[in-house]
Amino acid sequence: MRLELGKIFIKDVQFGSKTEVKDGILYVNKEELLKEVGGDERLKSIDVDIVHPGEKVRIIPVKDVIEPRVKAEGNGGIFPGFISKVDTVGSGRTHVLKGAAVVTTGKIVGFQEGIIDMSGEGAKYTPFSKTHNIVFICEPVDNLMQHEHEQAVRMVGLKAASYLGKAGKNVEPDEVKVYETKPLLEQVKEYPNLPKVVYVYMLQSQGLLHDTYVYGVDAKKIIPTFIYPTEVFDGAIVSGNCVSACDKNPTYVHMNHPIIEDLYERHGKDYNFIGCVITNENVYLADKERSSNYTAKLVEFLGADAAIISEEGFGNPDADLVMNCYKIEEKGIKTVLVTDEYAGRDGSSQSLADSTPKGNAVVTAGNANEVIVLPPMDKVIGHVEAADIIAGGFAGSLRPDGSIEAEIQVITGATSEVGFGYLSAKSY
Amino acid sequence: MIRVVHYINQFFAQIGGEEKANIPPEVRDGILGPGMAFKAAFKGEAEIVATVICGDSYFAENQSAVSQILEMIKKYNPDLFIAGPAFNAGRYGTACGTIAKAVKDNLNIPVVTGMYVENPGVDLFKKDIYIISTKDNAAGMRDAVPKMAALGLKLAKGEAIGAPDAEGYIPRGIRKNYFAEVRGSKRAVDMLVKKIKGEQFESEFVMPLFDKVAPNPPVLDITKAKIALVTSGGIVPKGNPDKIESSSASKFGEYSIEGVYDLTEETFETAHGGYDPVYANKDADRVLPVDVLRELEKEGIIGKLHEKYYSTVGNGTAVKSAAKFGAEIAKRLIADGVEAVVLTST
Repeated sequence: MRLELGKIFIKDVQFGSKTEVKDGILYVNKEELLKEVGGDERLKSIDVDIVHPGEKVRIIPVKDVIEPRVKAEGNGGIFPGFISKVDTVGSGRTHVLKGAAVVTTGKIVGFQEGIIDMSGEGAKYTPFSKTHNIVFICEPVDNLMQHEHEQAVRMVGLKAASYLGKAGKNVEPDEVKVYETKPLLEQVKEYPNLPKVVYVYMLQSQGLLHDTYVYGVDAKKIIPTFIYPTEVFDGAIVSGNCVSACDKNPTYVHMNHPIIEDLYERHGKDYNFIGCVITNENVYLADKERSSNYTAKLVEFLGADAAIISEEGFGNPDADLVMNCYKIEEKGIKTVLVTDEYAGRDGSSQSLADSTPKGNAVVTAGNANEVIVLPPMDKVIGHVEAADIIAGGFAGSLRPDGSIEAEIQVITGATSEVGFGYLSAKSY
Repeated sequence: MIRVVHYINQFFAQIGGEEKANIPPEVRDGILGPGMAFKAAFKGEAEIVATVICGDSYFAENQSAVSQILEMIKKYNPDLFIAGPAFNAGRYGTACGTIAKAVKDNLNIPVVTGMYVENPGVDLFKKDIYIISTKDNAAGMRDAVPKMAALGLKLAKGEAIGAPDAEGYIPRGIRKNYFAEVRGSKRAVDMLVKKIKGEQFESEFVMPLFDKVAPNPPVLDITKAKIALVTSGGIVPKGNPDKIESSSASKFGEYSIEGVYDLTEETFETAHGGYDPVYANKDADRVLPVDVLRELEKEGIIGKLHEKYYSTVGNGTAVKSAAKFGAEIAKRLIADGVEAVVLTST
């Protein structure tokens, strides 16, 4: 499967009379956009705002971030199972509005939603302070159930990213990158002397607002399976969860999967990257056993010599991470794990809820409990009072002057467990 | 001038070996034994005003030694306390760690000691105090003293302390964040390549070894036992009176269920931020099964349901906090004569 990823660099986003990309500027027809994303009777109102890097703006509570993309040539369309039909994606050509992002906010759904600061200390911790964000403020009708609310807002984000992405369909990209993974036997033959590497891609699926979707299917209900790495670049995997903001993978991160991108970088030189195994993180022990058994079996079946395993979330899924590591290592396959830590506010507590001595190669994205003070901003989009109740906040997090004292857990993408960010931790 | 009190054992005070290990604590003005090397390493920035000496056996066998020594140190009003180095001497290392921690906790001044990494004092105290990593015998004195002195001066002056490898201390296990030069995904790929090639690599996190808790023996007669409910599912009286956090809880709550036979939407709710709260809020018995236990109580299957229950939020809560809550809850349950507990999590 071969995908050309055409990046159109977006240096600014503005409202305009027509939705189009001209000279690196994305113009957005607000009325048309709102019409495109509207129509869900579960939402009382939807408004849209645009924010830029460096502005004194805070977005809270953030539900998801999505990148505008469009299928320019080839099979299927973006977000199969939601926006497009369920044709197999990941081949042909996809155009990306690089530098633009859709952000959804509005009344809080659950507890675990995030903060994006466009400037100040908090901006260092979120990758979305560096993008031009088209922010959707979605307010639900009264007494809407949380899971219905989440679904309605999720669809607004996907529709918006798909609508905006279309503006790039006929634009000549600034950069084209080609990614290719062949069918297994051919791929193995291509670099017969290199060690074979598989990426074990754990998807948040604890349920009750902790869900991820694969071609529209709830990942709780899958058994671990193979996907081509390029499929995710077309939005085959979509976030539908309200896990702590710091270490859930927003849809944007699935679409720009950093481990997949970086595995491709040394593919054919240091190893042969043969594909991805997606698995889930269900809460029942039998599910954990089944999924980890199945994952280890598949990784072995594919003939892997080594694997990177990444977690999504923390606590309960630490057990899935450890089971996957243990069972894959037991088969003589070398692993590197990517996780983050909950070592307490002073960093002195135990970081993970589970452990195995076989996990001797771990990359950490930092301690999510570390406390940060976010300065007051000139403008807040959303509902700032959520600061006291989102995961990582506490009563009194929101101070009278508008600053927020909270754990970095509250910041969207702060401790990305697919290594999208630079944060790490050391023992002192 | 930074005032320093130094602690050494009978051997380094040149009083004697094992035959003198039972001497009680004494204090002498000024420098003794390895203190000379410290004086040189301080380069005039600090002065050892007194040296406390205690026999290793005496210290190990007499609990009062700690308070005796603390009193001696206090009189000199020091700015910094240095113990050892103890190298691989087990009793000496434990004494250095014990007294250094006591000084830090009681006199609120910085402390430094030095030990060989396998000294039993290291595991006991590395979380609490800075322990410079030394060789396993006194031949390492020349190497250890400058590091201990340098770290001591930094601490006394309130300067920032660098990473363990830079300062020479044994990692205390305190995790601190920093921004790495390359993103996490690339670090993972780099580590994988090294691991595949069999090259040296450094894990960014070392997996802990866990305690195993042995289960208690079964309750002999459950029909007479007083049973309590304890949950990490965040069930609290409506309004969350103690404001238990939705994640990373800093406290637990103790609440009465005297005369309560059923938790209702009007009276109880969850504070937990890790799951969809709709069903727990509708009927909190789903997480804290008061209704079922009341039935069992009525049918005589259990003796009695304890009139108080304990609740916290398990979501993202540090294990250290959870262990502290658990110890306190257990103490209260035992004091109330509870014989068995139903623990519910979410």
